Amino acid sequence: MADHSGKNFPTPTKETAPYWEGCRNHQLVIQQCLKCEYYQFYPRMICTHCSHDHMDWVTVSGNGRVVSFTVIRRPISPAYKAEAPYVVALIKLDEGPTMMSNIVECEPEKVFIGMKVNVVFEDWSEGISIPKFVPQK
Amino acid sequence: MSSLNGKVAIVGAADTEVGVVPHMGATQLCVDAALRALDDAGIDKEQVDGLITCNSMAEPYMYHAEAIAEYMQIFPRYCLGVGTGGGTTFSVLHHAASAIATGVCDTVLITMADSLYSGLSKEQAMAMQSSTGHQQFEIPYGPTVPAFYALSGQAHMAEYGTTPEQFAAIAVAGRKHANLNPAAQKRDIITVEDVLNSRMIADPLHLLDCSLISDGGSAVVLTSAERATSFKNPPVYLLGAGEGHSHEHISQAHNLTTSAAAESGQRAYEMAGVGPSDIDVAQIYDCFTPTVLIELEDLGFCEKGEGGAFVENGNVELGGSLPINTHGGLLSHCHPGNPGSMFALTEAVAQLRHQAGDRQVQDAKVSLVHGQGGILSSHTTLILGREKH
Repeated sequence: MADHSGKNFPTPTKETAPYWEGCRNHQLVIQQCLKCEYYQFYPRMICTHCSHDHMDWVTVSGNGRVVSFTVIRRPISPAYKAEAPYVVALIKLDEGPTMMSNIVECEPEKVFIGMKVNVVFEDWSEGISIPKFVPQK
Repeated sequence: MSSLNGKVAIVGAADTEVGVVPHMGATQLCVDAALRALDDAGIDKEQVDGLITCNSMAEPYMYHAEAIAEYMQIFPRYCLGVGTGGGTTFSVLHHAASAIATGVCDTVLITMADSLYSGLSKEQAMAMQSSTGHQQFEIPYGPTVPAFYALSGQAHMAEYGTTPEQFAAIAVAGRKHANLNPAAQKRDIITVEDVLNSRMIADPLHLLDCSLISDGGSAVVLTSAERATSFKNPPVYLLGAGEGHSHEHISQAHNLTTSAAAESGQRAYEMAGVGPSDIDVAQIYDCFTPTVLIELEDLGFCEKGEGGAFVENGNVELGGSLPINTHGGLLSHCHPGNPGSMFALTEAVAQLRHQAGDRQVQDAKVSLVHGQGGILSSHTTLILGREKH
């Protein structure tokens, strides 16, 4: 496992634990409403589409498109220095929700809005794996 | 809903020294701003019965407004400290005006200051920056504050063909105005080429597309329109106020290129009974250049997608069809963080009193001030006038 010490590790909560557990298993697991079948991210107690209060956890395709992106030349902290310049992007999943991530395994200059990407997982520790995206082959 | 139009006026407004002010702490700047605004109004602190402050990052208090009241030994019946970002100051104007109009209190002092330049270590500043964004779903990816706004700028370029030169024109206008303002932190004239040649921070944002890091404070005194005519300076009336709130985190924004400024603006125009063409001078929140472009569109000064063409050719400079940020804005006047938009407010007051010196917009009667906070998240628009409508 590469050294990720000093990075901004997420702190899972009771509500988000199933998502992070999915990431640990290298699966993108998000919520889907049991009533209206709406997919949502991030996890919540209610469906933001129909207000139903029972959400299912489902494994999604991990495929999506870049909605916007930026190239960070000056890293947020020394722990991110090795990756700079790095791409922070918004990715709209094929199932609907948008999430922030990094585009990796791709030169920053080659990233574009509309680019098709799919999820990969970066293991930061035994308990935490971070979903990132690579260009679809 | 009963309207606030014409019921409340600003009767005092002042800034501290701004920019790099190492000889004063954030608490001192906050009190100094208050004392200057009281002096500008020509009243004693005993006449203040409402106090609003925002918290400081350099010298935070758990109960900030109470701490400032204690420091100054004033004993308000309405006391509120707010902790959020750039748009906050304008939303508290809305709250203060409501409190006065409903008789909760008579005279509200709003004072805000921070010393982001001199009062924070590099480590503290970085920790502060790291805390912007969602702890689990954004921060792990290493975004910076400019990066969050860059996502909107990049989307606007892709959707509407907006160019880096057009973003740069906003920075050039701000600096041109700062050059006429002896108080501004950065006064050297810059060109579009200077902006494009400055270091890339987060594409498409160059260093000169980003606002300053500053020390400074700013304060206003509000009272009812009935009382407002007995002060030292002519009153500036609140004609309209509106808010719009769409998200906190940029990854949850429903739209990257249209903001809730569209709603806050519409609400403020409706209350004031005016439209974009009635505005003589506007102060538009300019933490980064794309922010201004999106706000100008959403506030109806041009069509959606035409902001790039609108800001070109000196149109938003003094002498253009809509002079904006006539003090220099956050890009060139100063940006001490949470208090940032207060300086836009005091500038609007100076313009409407016709006291803005070399940067005076001739015969300015109506001014719009727009603040936003978060990442294009929370918006407040105010419309101010020399006269009640």
